Amino acid sequence: MSCEYKVYDPSWCPGCGNYMIKTTLKQALEELDIPPHKAVIVSGIGQAGKIPHYIGANGFNGLHGRALPPAIGIKLSNKNLTVIAESGDGDTYGEGGNHFIHTIRRNVNIAHFVHDNQIYGLTKGQGSPTTAKGQKTTLQFDGVRFEPVKPVALSLTMGAGFVARGFSGDIPHLVKLMKEAITYKGYAHLDIFQPCVVWNKVNTFGWYKKHTYYLPDDYDYTNYEEAYKKALEWENGIPLGILYKVEKETYEDTFEFIKNGLPLVDVKLDPMDTEKLMKGFY
Amino acid sequence: MDYTILVGGAAGQGIDTVIHLLERTIKRHGYYVFTYKNFMSMVRGGHNFMQVRFSDKPVTSYVSKIDMIFALNEETIALHRERLKDDGVIIIDNEVAKAEEYNHLPLTQIAKELNNEKVYPTVGFGALVNYFGLSLDIAKEVIYDVLGDKISDVNKQALEKGYDMLERKYNLEKKDDNHILINGNQALALGAIAAGCRYYCGYPMTPSSSVMTYMSAKANEMGIVVDQIEDEVGALNMALGASYAGVRALTGSSGGGFALMTEALSLAGITEIPIVVFNAQRPGPATGMATRTEQSDLRFVIHAGHGEFPKMVIALRTPYDAFYQTARAFNIAEKYQIPVLLMTEEYLTDYNMTIDPFDFSKIKIERYLAKESDIIDERYKRYKFTESGISPRLIPGKVKGKVVLVDSHEHNEYGNIEESTDNRIKMMDKRMKKLEGLKDEIQEPWFIGKENPENLIVCWGATYGAVKEAVDILNTEGGSIGALIYGDIWPFPTKRINEMGKKAKRIIDIEQNATGQLESLINEFTDIKCTDRILKYDGRPINGDEIIQKLNLSI
Ligand SMILES: Cc1ncc(C[n+]2csc(CCOP(=O)(O)OP(=O)(O)O)c2C)c(N)n1
Ligand code: SF4
Repeated sequence: MSCEYKVYDPSWCPGCGNYMIKTTLKQALEELDIPPHKAVIVSGIGQAGKIPHYIGANGFNGLHGRALPPAIGIKLSNKNLTVIAESGDGDTYGEGGNHFIHTIRRNVNIAHFVHDNQIYGLTKGQGSPTTAKGQKTTLQFDGVRFEPVKPVALSLTMGAGFVARGFSGDIPHLVKLMKEAITYKGYAHLDIFQPCVVWNKVNTFGWYKKHTYYLPDDYDYTNYEEAYKKALEWENGIPLGILYKVEKETYEDTFEFIKNGLPLVDVKLDPMDTEKLMKGFY
Repeated sequence: MDYTILVGGAAGQGIDTVIHLLERTIKRHGYYVFTYKNFMSMVRGGHNFMQVRFSDKPVTSYVSKIDMIFALNEETIALHRERLKDDGVIIIDNEVAKAEEYNHLPLTQIAKELNNEKVYPTVGFGALVNYFGLSLDIAKEVIYDVLGDKISDVNKQALEKGYDMLERKYNLEKKDDNHILINGNQALALGAIAAGCRYYCGYPMTPSSSVMTYMSAKANEMGIVVDQIEDEVGALNMALGASYAGVRALTGSSGGGFALMTEALSLAGITEIPIVVFNAQRPGPATGMATRTEQSDLRFVIHAGHGEFPKMVIALRTPYDAFYQTARAFNIAEKYQIPVLLMTEEYLTDYNMTIDPFDFSKIKIERYLAKESDIIDERYKRYKFTESGISPRLIPGKVKGKVVLVDSHEHNEYGNIEESTDNRIKMMDKRMKKLEGLKDEIQEPWFIGKENPENLIVCWGATYGAVKEAVDILNTEGGSIGALIYGDIWPFPTKRINEMGKKAKRIIDIEQNATGQLESLINEFTDIKCTDRILKYDGRPINGDEIIQKLNLSI
């Protein structure tokens, strides 16, 4: 078979959390029965951003911080494709911060998996937007001097309809979250703790295991106030699971011709159809 | 006949409305119209003016001398009366100015009587209609078309009242009207839509925005996604996403915004995603002058993007050119899987000109997409090495079992990251090989004027209009003058300039920039040397009169 979800020799360090995320993604897509030619993985730059190369689906490995804009362009152009954006925490919340904010507002039907290792992996250990204040890095010798971004709180306040947090150390749980995010109609933000075993000596597998807990089964993820409280929890345990999930109109459905028409890419084009517009210039 | 009416005043006073009504009414009488707009980057206040020039012969530029000033404030008179012809007239509202030599019209008073002070420009328009002997019926028709149902009644009354205010001086008899009246940005947008562009994303920046506005107005009717993005960085990345997925996409901006797009332009280069991007130039550096004109981004645009990759740059010369070249750009972008950059400039984006209607049957949509049967490899090679450097392009989701991987890193034929020396050289060569094919696509510059001229003008883009007027006038007066006007400008066409430049005694470079950027390309790619330069960079467009004047000095 030429086209299945398979691996092309990742260049990640042994023990890196990215391996589990890749395995999980593959499993989620297979379990959802989405064939590789119907899925597109869009990514930025960073260790996380290499993932389209290791999954045998359609891939768009673009620029640092810029995974989201092409993902939107792809989805609006062909609504039949399953579009998944994958990026690092620096990629998403740093270089791509502006795109992140405005993509949430747009609510295009894409799933966004952020490999949040709280450090810059590929560029060798500088602080990322999620690195804790005070943490010493290969660049911030005296420790990071300012507050980290709070990803899930940020996406909640921006109006995301699906906000979740996962951990690459628990594959079955993460598969469930990914499947929920992919099938959610709208922008789904899934921040995934991904230990960087080389550069982040603070947020290790053990640290995440110790500091996280699972949201209980009876947790009401439609309650915004509750979700916001959960999103801010940190010192006394970080919740994993779906923090918030409600139905919202997707961006593409606000375009009548996309909602009720063929995918844009399949619309037949004829230059003569444009002739009528000349009326306006007589 | 050749008349020019100037309407001036502060922003927000209604210059736009008068001009709109005037240019359309005159056009519908079968005359050639050219409207030049000069405005400041302000929504209220300041000094703005627009000039409608009309003639029974084609006109391609504005002129310095004017026949009438319709002043909405006194400042307009002070600023422009010097340009008034000896038999020219000035009209102004009697409540605004008192001096004897003007025609004082009770514009505000009539507007008040009609219970709508906003219609006073229409009262003035009425006066002009009679003065030039235009048809009242056609003027009413235009009011209805321009202002719409709701407010056209009171405006029609205003028109009739104004009509009686000024005596008739001319009689513009009605002729057949076979033209459209359009500006460069509208023509660019129409060309794009005709070519099948169904995705426009951008961020507002004068003077590029009206492309987005026009496409947005037609979005629902034509099924176009028009999206205002958070910034220009996002805009080009998004357009590349759409193009990757198989939809023709367009984005554009002015200098500063285009600067932000250069990162993604380079991405288009290595991913080989076809894309059309336009830069509507305004004077720089940085924010420069938002509503003024210049041609100073040529060097920047041809070199835009880091690293080396093939691209094509086309300068738009007229609205007519804008339509056809934009449509052509989409085909070339897809044929070679490269970015095609369109250069326009504020003057062209904004002026309105009468031209022949576009022939949509001439537009061909050529997609150059691979068929399922073209993909013989078990695993689809997005970057397959080929003779021409162009790999069969597949669109994701279309063929079962085949996936499309594009990558900003150096990659192998499959699109996977690979940095071996062998692969790097092969991939670079593959991309650059496209330049060979591209060279055959390049159109030589237009030539106008006398064959084998002693004096050869070289220019590019919208400077065409002014140069054309100057060349025509000088040749009628016995001059020996010709001009090459560059449209396709990168890769740089050298054939015609080499031929003509060797024969001419003088070669005069005319550009709207301070350094002579076209001249520098001629120097770089040919043995021809320019002997004279007329460079204008005050932010105002050059016109035929000015060129003639300056040529006298330098020839
Ligand atoms: C415009 C731009 N700036 C900087 C870089 C260098 N760069 C590559 S990856 C990266 C950060 C990676 O961190 P993150 O996004 O958290 O991903 P990780 O490697 O940790 O997965 C940076 C700064 C780049 N490639 N492009
Ligand atoms: S540097 Fe960190 S994030 Fe990158 S591969 Fe190694 S462990 Fe993973």
